[in-house]
Amino acid sequence: MMEQHAELEAQIDRWRGYVQRSQAISPADVDELEDHLREQIADRQATGLDDDEAFLVAIKRLGNLDAVSREFAREHSERLWKQLVLVPEASDGDTPPWRELAVVLALAVGAGVAVKAGFALFGDSTALTRNLGLLIFPFLAGYFVWKRRLTSQVAAMLLIPFAALAVVLNAYPFASGGSTEVLAALHAPVILWLLAGVAYVGGRWTSDKRRMDFVRFTGELAIYYTLIALGGAVLIALTLATLQVVGVDFEPVLEDWILPFAVPGALVVATWLVEAKQQVVENIAPVLTRIFTPLTVAMLLVLLAVIATAGGFVDIDRNLLILMDAILVLVLCLLLYSISARDSLAPPGLFDALQLVLVVAALAVDAAMLTAMLTRIAEFGSSPNKIAALGLNLLLLVHLLRAAWLAVGFLRGRRSFASLERWQTRYLPVYGVWAAVVVVIFPPVFGFL
Amino acid sequence: MRIDKDLVAASATPLVLGILSDGDLYGYAILKRVSELSGGGMQWTDGMLYPLLHRLERLGYVSSSWGTSEAGRRRKHYAITPAGRDALAERQQQWTVVAEALRQVWRTQGSPAPMEGWA
Repeated sequence: MMEQHAELEAQIDRWRGYVQRSQAISPADVDELEDHLREQIADRQATGLDDDEAFLVAIKRLGNLDAVSREFAREHSERLWKQLVLVPEASDGDTPPWRELAVVLALAVGAGVAVKAGFALFGDSTALTRNLGLLIFPFLAGYFVWKRRLTSQVAAMLLIPFAALAVVLNAYPFASGGSTEVLAALHAPVILWLLAGVAYVGGRWTSDKRRMDFVRFTGELAIYYTLIALGGAVLIALTLATLQVVGVDFEPVLEDWILPFAVPGALVVATWLVEAKQQVVENIAPVLTRIFTPLTVAMLLVLLAVIATAGGFVDIDRNLLILMDAILVLVLCLLLYSISARDSLAPPGLFDALQLVLVVAALAVDAAMLTAMLTRIAEFGSSPNKIAALGLNLLLLVHLLRAAWLAVGFLRGRRSFASLERWQTRYLPVYGVWAAVVVVIFPPVFGFL
Repeated sequence: MRIDKDLVAASATPLVLGILSDGDLYGYAILKRVSELSGGGMQWTDGMLYPLLHRLERLGYVSSSWGTSEAGRRRKHYAITPAGRDALAERQQQWTVVAEALRQVWRTQGSPAPMEGWA
């Protein structure tokens, strides 16, 4: 008899688990429904049914769960929205729910303190720009070390390149404001970001899947950071305007205290938000990439037309080349992000063709840029800036060419989407290596100018 | 006799409010009362009662509170509010008009009026 009841309890448990999966039915509602179910079962048992029969009748009378949960959704449509539970209910017991929040806030404040200390140490010089990434990185990586419970081996894998980078950036006798210094300051964050990726994937950086997760994470982080920054900017602007009317000068406080803490702190908080929401909220990536891929194609075509009508490549302004480089990097990020957001098992469709158009347009722009750069180098000789830009453009060219080749194969049904994905994730470390070359080898080669 | 689905849906709100006006109850007990009152003729899909109760709560017609059952389980009890009583009175008037109209139609047709428990 006891065993029979145990079987009934197990059945009710399974039913509970099933109902809980419906987003529209809250845990309290499940309690309410369970109470109902048990009453119904008890009444059926009183009329002589056994456990099994009573359970079946009670379930049947409760109705089709899909229909019931639709009814709940109609009444509680807000529940389909409010899914992001930042502080989970203390049901698992092993970790106190507030601990993660406390760790995140401590790390965010720590990053702010580090940046503030950097200001005090370096003043407003380019030395601060060089070291900014180094100051923030430990707190971001620290979060992943804590969250993923990384082994000391992985921690060493992070610490050694980090220390080496810190030494290089600060021991090299850079000429103040020289181009090698600016290049090093620009490329150091790339290395640090890939190191953060190693921390993100918990040290399993050889796995293609994990690397793709990191790409996804990067995109979502950019979106969340932008949202936080927008909100912060609105708040600051309103405060600034209000205090100005009253006659209080808010700007020193803003520059000395709020921005140094808010900018790095928001990065840590955004990281945590992306981590917290990944299971519960649908990624926004697929929507955004579908909006921006066609727009970016249009932009690239306009740029191509402008370059073509602008005449000779030698006359192209140097600033234009830098801008175009930035645009190409952005296009690549968009491409990576949209590939990471795509279901790799879906058959090729219109959007994949559009993506190929994007890649081809970017290739054309890149080819034009390379020609312009080579003619400039032939005309005016080489400089660290030109070589760095040339190197980046060559990397982009290889990346895009192979991506276009694989995309054509995929569209013709000769290749799987996975091969396209693999190419993207395997090529990523190349950028890190190139950034390391620019940071470590360029300055001595060009005499730290 | 089984009652048509639309008719059940239309009468659900006044029935629940009317039952609650006799005293506080929890979901299962409300359904049992419905079954008793209709002689088993009105079969609700049990699960649908709860979204309805939640809607009535949102409209302010009922209030709810968590208690404990005899077996020690969490149980939600519902009580009618003054606004609920007003709504019930209004529904009652509407149903009286409908029932009266129907009764006259049945009478002019000369058939026996099978109207019980509806007004």
